[in-house]
Amino acid sequence: MNGGQDLGGTDGHGPVMPEPNEPVFHAEWEKRAFALTLAMGMPGGWNIDMGRFVRENRPPGEYLAMSYYQIWFAALEQMSKERGLMADDEIAAGHSLRPPKSVKRILSPADVAKTLHRGGPTERDTNMPAAFRPGDAVRMKNINPPTHTRLPRYVRGHAGVIERVIGCHVFPDSNATGAGENPQWLYTVRFDGRELWGADGDPSVTVSVDAWEPYLLSAG
Amino acid sequence: MSGHDHDHHHHDHDHSELTETELRVRALETVLTEKGYVVPAALDLLIETYEKKVGPRNGARVVAKAWTDPAYRTRLLKDGTPAIGEIGYAGRQGEHIVAVENTPKRHNMVVCTLCSCYPWPVLGLPPVWYKSAPYRSRAVADPRGVLADFGVTLPKGTDIRVWDSTAEIRYLVLPMRPAGTDGWSEEKLADLVTRDSMIGTGLPKRPGDLK
Amino acid sequence: MAHDDGDRHHHDHGSDLSEMQLRTRALETILLEKGYIDPASIDVLIETYEKKIGPRNGAQVVAKAWVDPTFRQWLFEDGTAAIGSLGFGGRSGNHLVALENTPAVHNMTVCTLCSCYPWAVLGLPPLWYKSAPYRSRAVADPRGVLADFGVTLPKDTEIRVWDSTAELRYLVVPMRPAGTDGWSEEKLAKLVTRDSMIGTGFPKNPGDAS
Repeated sequence: MNGGQDLGGTDGHGPVMPEPNEPVFHAEWEKRAFALTLAMGMPGGWNIDMGRFVRENRPPGEYLAMSYYQIWFAALEQMSKERGLMADDEIAAGHSLRPPKSVKRILSPADVAKTLHRGGPTERDTNMPAAFRPGDAVRMKNINPPTHTRLPRYVRGHAGVIERVIGCHVFPDSNATGAGENPQWLYTVRFDGRELWGADGDPSVTVSVDAWEPYLLSAG
Repeated sequence: MSGHDHDHHHHDHDHSELTETELRVRALETVLTEKGYVVPAALDLLIETYEKKVGPRNGARVVAKAWTDPAYRTRLLKDGTPAIGEIGYAGRQGEHIVAVENTPKRHNMVVCTLCSCYPWPVLGLPPVWYKSAPYRSRAVADPRGVLADFGVTLPKGTDIRVWDSTAEIRYLVLPMRPAGTDGWSEEKLADLVTRDSMIGTGLPKRPGDLK
Repeated sequence: MAHDDGDRHHHDHGSDLSEMQLRTRALETILLEKGYIDPASIDVLIETYEKKIGPRNGAQVVAKAWVDPTFRQWLFEDGTAAIGSLGFGGRSGNHLVALENTPAVHNMTVCTLCSCYPWAVLGLPPLWYKSAPYRSRAVADPRGVLADFGVTLPKDTEIRVWDSTAELRYLVVPMRPAGTDGWSEEKLAKLVTRDSMIGTGFPKNPGDAS
């Protein structure tokens, strides 16, 4: 979606402000929100792409005004509610008011280390040949899906070069809608800075994105 | 709309100082725990892992090893995930790691314009600035300006390559080894490798910078 | 982080004035005390745009175009001059272009970048015109926006969206409703709604309650 999260090249946000000796978490609630989000992935049954879409799918003014973990937490609440795992009146009460929904699995303490260690690799086997090779000239499609995509606006319609064929990976645009993993060939596409930002741009800057085949048109 | 900078009014409520967000988070944790979806001990372990155990020190060890061991460096640059796995770092948000090397001609910088993708197994959780609008908006458009915000100026002939982490590939910058470190142990070299130098918004410390 | 207004606490402030009111009063007082502004001018400005200039102006233009073919032609050839001949012009009306709705083409105007609007003929814009939902969707999904207004156009009607990025201001001239033969300009003007001159609505029909 063309939402508040698609920030590349936007203006007005001010300087980058690193915090010296920044703690990993700035408040106790952030720690809990973080851990709850990770732990609810299993019983919740959502995938990372669904989660990203829920986070970004809010009015831009809200998205930009919320802190990082506020966004995480709001998304966790929403996904839990949408899947009938809990309800607003229970939050207001601070307690469970009705029996739980039956879930397949939950994260036990004994499984934490190995679950984190395994992670969620997205590469998949395929019989499809990759359409592009390193060095190929491509143009990014001008797509504007209202749902989740990982093709930022600042590269759409622009000309780039395939730098690397990464592999066949889960395709977020499908996975986020529940339409399935639909793995696609994934490439690193490189752009000249001036192609993206105009003739007055810095000639010493190159930018790349990792783009799946459905984002690409051959320009060769 | 502005943040409330004025004095917080002290209401005559007889609750603690917890904010609305804190209360909601507590409430959700209670509800989810009571329903049996989450186990508190698992939550505590998740927090401990990323607060105390996994952090930039991991990545610093990877970099130091690459500085001292040419064969490792080659393996790392060829396929980051298994090379990093050799040292024992792997997993969530690092399933597909690509190491990118800085050279005198090219400086690398990593960003996720669309959210906050970051190589957790080697750098831990990302700092707030990495996840915020100023960095996400400007890194791809004005990387030199961003480096200036970090007090970094690159030599004139150095090109900048910005990697926008739009997929599950996670990027680790391999900074250049500082001069005057011949014969240093990996452990001592790792002390020079800052987190920011592995994102590309900083350079490693120099021998003189260490206390 | 936005506060939930339902929870607004009643603090023991002296008055009920909001922060914006207080700040505006403070600035006005300072500017007056420094002699930069004349209080009478402020009052005239407010009265002008609250009471005097409004969509009635544009309705008059449209009604005349419906009854007078010569005026209609002039209006589409040189909007500023034709509209100026009725006494309307000036601020945000120096460069006016009239857009003709036909059975084949429906026009819609927007200012995606801020809130540009033909003040001289429509007065000040409504809040929805200046807000993010309209500004973002009018150029991408005009049919969806029209649905929000309860308007459906035939599938093969072309929709032209005009983004007012410069000083040109656009006035949509809607189609004259059926069953109005012989009506006076004044009676016809009553059918012309503000939204029909932006392109997010149609004029009233003779049968509609006024």
